[in-house]
Amino acid sequence: MNDTSDPKFWSDLVDVLIVGTGQTLYMVSIALLVTIVVGLPLGVLLVGTERGGLFASPFGSRTAGRVINRVLDFVVNLGRSIPFIILMIAVIPFTRLVVGTFIGSTAAIVPLSLVAIPFFARMVEIALKEVDPGLTEAANSLGASRWQIVRKVLVPEALPSMLLGLATTVTSIINFSAMVGTVAGGGLGDVAFRYGYQRYSTIHIVAVIIIIFIIVQSLAAIATHFAKKFARTSSDGGRVKAAEALELKAAAEAR
Amino acid sequence: MISISHVSKSFGTGPGRTLALDDVSLDVGRGEIFGVVGQSGAGKSTLIRTVNLLERPDSGSITVDGRVMTDLGERELRIARQGIGMVFQHFNLLSSRTVQANVELALEVVGVDRRERRTRAGDILDLVGLSAKAGAYPAQLSGGQKQRIGIARSLAARPSVLLSDEATSALDPETTRSILELLKTINRELGLTVLLITHEMDVVKTICDSAALIEGGRIAEQGRLVELISTPGSRLAHELFPLGDVPAGTTGTVIDITFSGGSADRPVIAQLARDHAIDVSILGATIETIAGNQAGRTRLGLPGSPQTNAAAIADLRTQGLLVEIVTGDAA
Repeated sequence: MNDTSDPKFWSDLVDVLIVGTGQTLYMVSIALLVTIVVGLPLGVLLVGTERGGLFASPFGSRTAGRVINRVLDFVVNLGRSIPFIILMIAVIPFTRLVVGTFIGSTAAIVPLSLVAIPFFARMVEIALKEVDPGLTEAANSLGASRWQIVRKVLVPEALPSMLLGLATTVTSIINFSAMVGTVAGGGLGDVAFRYGYQRYSTIHIVAVIIIIFIIVQSLAAIATHFAKKFARTSSDGGRVKAAEALELKAAAEAR
Repeated sequence: MISISHVSKSFGTGPGRTLALDDVSLDVGRGEIFGVVGQSGAGKSTLIRTVNLLERPDSGSITVDGRVMTDLGERELRIARQGIGMVFQHFNLLSSRTVQANVELALEVVGVDRRERRTRAGDILDLVGLSAKAGAYPAQLSGGQKQRIGIARSLAARPSVLLSDEATSALDPETTRSILELLKTINRELGLTVLLITHEMDVVKTICDSAALIEGGRIAEQGRLVELISTPGSRLAHELFPLGDVPAGTTGTVIDITFSGGSADRPVIAQLARDHAIDVSILGATIETIAGNQAGRTRLGLPGSPQTNAAAIADLRTQGLLVEIVTGDAA
């Protein structure tokens, strides 16, 4: 079965890898999209409902703000504490409800998104907290609405930092996407499991590692590139320094 | 134009509670440049932030251009704020936007369409002398340039009032002067009312028409500079003309004479020496242009007898000069 002199072995390998990579990219990209769409507002709300935040008193009630903040904080902490494999099993009924089945790449998107959303929301929270409160104040003095402040001030100013957070998030989604392979989710994890583990094919394992490495590294490079591009924190000489600092930070977060 | 009436504001609760503003009332006339001076921690920053309700006062009311700010709902308040520009000590420009886009932000908020935004922002950049930097990012500008952009942004929506929160405190003296000149130009050409806070007496001296001294959250003194100068015992006037302390060992009577308006160019001292035959000695003097008027203060030593001194002082007073006795017995 692992006869490398058989030409069929190599063409099979390529086919399997292409399918696996395709499934992985599919799961990761959709999960990432969902993560951004849900995680970004969640992060904004996490910061906004804090004392003195933009949404500290929704509907004019500070109590409402405090409750929302506590609930969100709890949900995010919960999401981040549960080991992925357990989360994946625990949300099966929900996955079924959303997708109709709990098997396959599409179904895997649900737990992947659920694990990444709280993670990314925290990243967004950290990035937004780094924005100088003076900028919010300036926008307020101009008569900006809350929504304008979020859209025109907070998000653009936090963008470089959020992009690095996104790079870390996508790395962890890829990481978890390999795990769903073990429960019939497909993808490169599935390739590694079925061929590498069940059929002892080292070549498959090595190939999967190389592909994942390339995906992770190129995504990180893209994110860092744009983070640098949008980071205009000091004069030109300083901009390079700021970008280096961002890179170090990203590396530290990734660990 | 701006009326602050019995405003109080405290921070914190329980024993850690501090009263930042204690029953403060101020009136700023239309087209005036009004300076509030005080040490750091005196409450001046809180005071200026209550005007556009960045800080909501615990009690009292704020009226700007006929609108009672403290009564406005959230939406109305936003619209009112669009008519009140504000400049900050640390500029508070968006690093992610170009100079042009920073200025346009003020217009986006108001809902001006793209084309008009471009032309209006361009005009204002012209006014502050930075149209060449329209495409630059704030990080590429000097402090003085950043503040010019801050001013341009605050003016973009054509406000009637400008609040300046220590706008020159982070700048060197040269740049400070040019920014103050710009504020003066804006005040004159656009008819803008300016309320500024500062800890630098020089700022008040250079551009203000009126001033208030704030201490421990209370207004210690306020008024038009020309009037303060001729007010006996005015602390603001003393700050404006610092003559220092009388050196130890000075004998005789020492007086401070304040000149303002027409008296500034009369030969008062020569006359005094001639008419009263006193060997007047000048211990200190300063002349400033305040609110567009020449004004000065001279410290004189009068070595004569108490009677001659008293006669000399009475004579000075009949000439309409403000005479304050620093040491000595002549009353």
